[in-house]
Amino acid sequence: MEIVVVLVIIGALALFFIATYNRLVTLRQRVKEAWADIDVQLKRRHDLIPNLVETVKGYATHESTVFQKVTEARAAAVAAGASATPEQRAQAENVLTTALRSVFAVAENYPQLQAVQEFKDLSENLTATEDKIAFARRFYNGNVRDYNTSLQTFPTNVFAGVFGFTPEQYFELADATEREVPQVKF
Amino acid sequence: MTLDSSPARLSIYEAASANRWRTLFLIAVFAALVAVLAYFVGEYFAPGGGIAALPFALALSGGSAVVSYFAGDKLILAQSQARELGPDEEQKLRDIIESLALGLGIPTPKIYVIEDSAPNAFATGRDPQHASIAVTRGLLDKLDRTELEGVIAHELSHVGNRDIRVMVLVVVLVGTVALLADWMWRSMFWGRGRDRDRGGGGAIIAVIAIALAVLTPIIATLIQLAVSRQREYLADASGALLTRYPPGLASALRKIAADKEPLEVANKATAALYIANPLKDAPAFFDHLFDTHPPIEERIKRLEAMN
Repeated sequence: MEIVVVLVIIGALALFFIATYNRLVTLRQRVKEAWADIDVQLKRRHDLIPNLVETVKGYATHESTVFQKVTEARAAAVAAGASATPEQRAQAENVLTTALRSVFAVAENYPQLQAVQEFKDLSENLTATEDKIAFARRFYNGNVRDYNTSLQTFPTNVFAGVFGFTPEQYFELADATEREVPQVKF
Repeated sequence: MTLDSSPARLSIYEAASANRWRTLFLIAVFAALVAVLAYFVGEYFAPGGGIAALPFALALSGGSAVVSYFAGDKLILAQSQARELGPDEEQKLRDIIESLALGLGIPTPKIYVIEDSAPNAFATGRDPQHASIAVTRGLLDKLDRTELEGVIAHELSHVGNRDIRVMVLVVVLVGTVALLADWMWRSMFWGRGRDRDRGGGGAIIAVIAIALAVLTPIIATLIQLAVSRQREYLADASGALLTRYPPGLASALRKIAADKEPLEVANKATAALYIANPLKDAPAFFDHLFDTHPPIEERIKRLEAMN
């Protein structure tokens, strides 16, 4: 009789562990998939910047420090993209955003540039990409929150670490500037 | 309701799993409905004929369920004369859809345009991996960006919630039931003379068969309406949470409601798919019983309450 009770308890515990483990795997997988979405959009942003710099350079020849800054910031962001954590990448992206802002500030001083179709296309493209990054980031952070919350609530928190589940990092961009940068006035 | 994204995301996952059960339940209900209808009409024509009619009825409802699962979206898009956009067309619309799809974590659906000046939109498909979104030319012309975002977010919520599969299924199954009932009704009407020598039992069967032929399409329509009205509210709410700007959708709904032009390519079967009723001639007799959508004023009121 006691053996049956013990077996039932062990079985129930095993079921509970399996269910919790699988739920954590699902949640962590969602975080990874959401991160891939952000990654695609960040790469797209990095790809657009050299063309933008070239286009603006053609008109604003005396602003080399601005261009150098944005090129360096882009290189740093690309490098961060290879291996860095979400937090480090966000930092690199924030620096790039600031540098990009000054490029657009420079561009505003050259009315001829505003009429160039390529410049218009590039800034529109960049605006759309920033928008996509913002939405992808929101989805990612939502998934991170769900995952981290279930990691940290009882009783999952007792054994999550044993199975190698660690909290994921949020991807936080400087909120105020994030949407402003590409808002180019024509 | 606050604009925090967490409850909405949770409800999207919940809605998705609820919709899986709802899909099975709907197929079962429709199969039962078709079977009962077929049984009594079979009995009506020849005693014992009801059993013979059953396999036929089940094959028909099963077949249309399979067809709607795999090709329902294509049928609906073709019937609505929707044209798929090329990769370089309507970049603004494409950007909005791609952004909002990222926000929901679903793949970008295929994008269709209906060349009609009445503003409206719908989403269809089997799952987020096989989804399509169709907007009318009028919607693109008459709405500004925030309004368009509101409408697209509403439609993408239907995709994320897996509403689209249930809706496609319902549209095709209701169509099948209506067709079947219509066909039986006609054949009973013209075939009556043959069975004058029936006994009392036959008369009862006849009454039941006729009643069913009348009632079945009504029941089917009511199921469709009940299913689609609830989910419009849910899609409004999760759409507004996605854009974080409920006034956008509210203003779009106001514009769509104010537009008196009916959408010519919509019909009674597909009306339930659209963001707002595309048929402007709602029957006054049944009042709200046969509305495919909740009243727009009520939807706008709920959206405004979210602010």
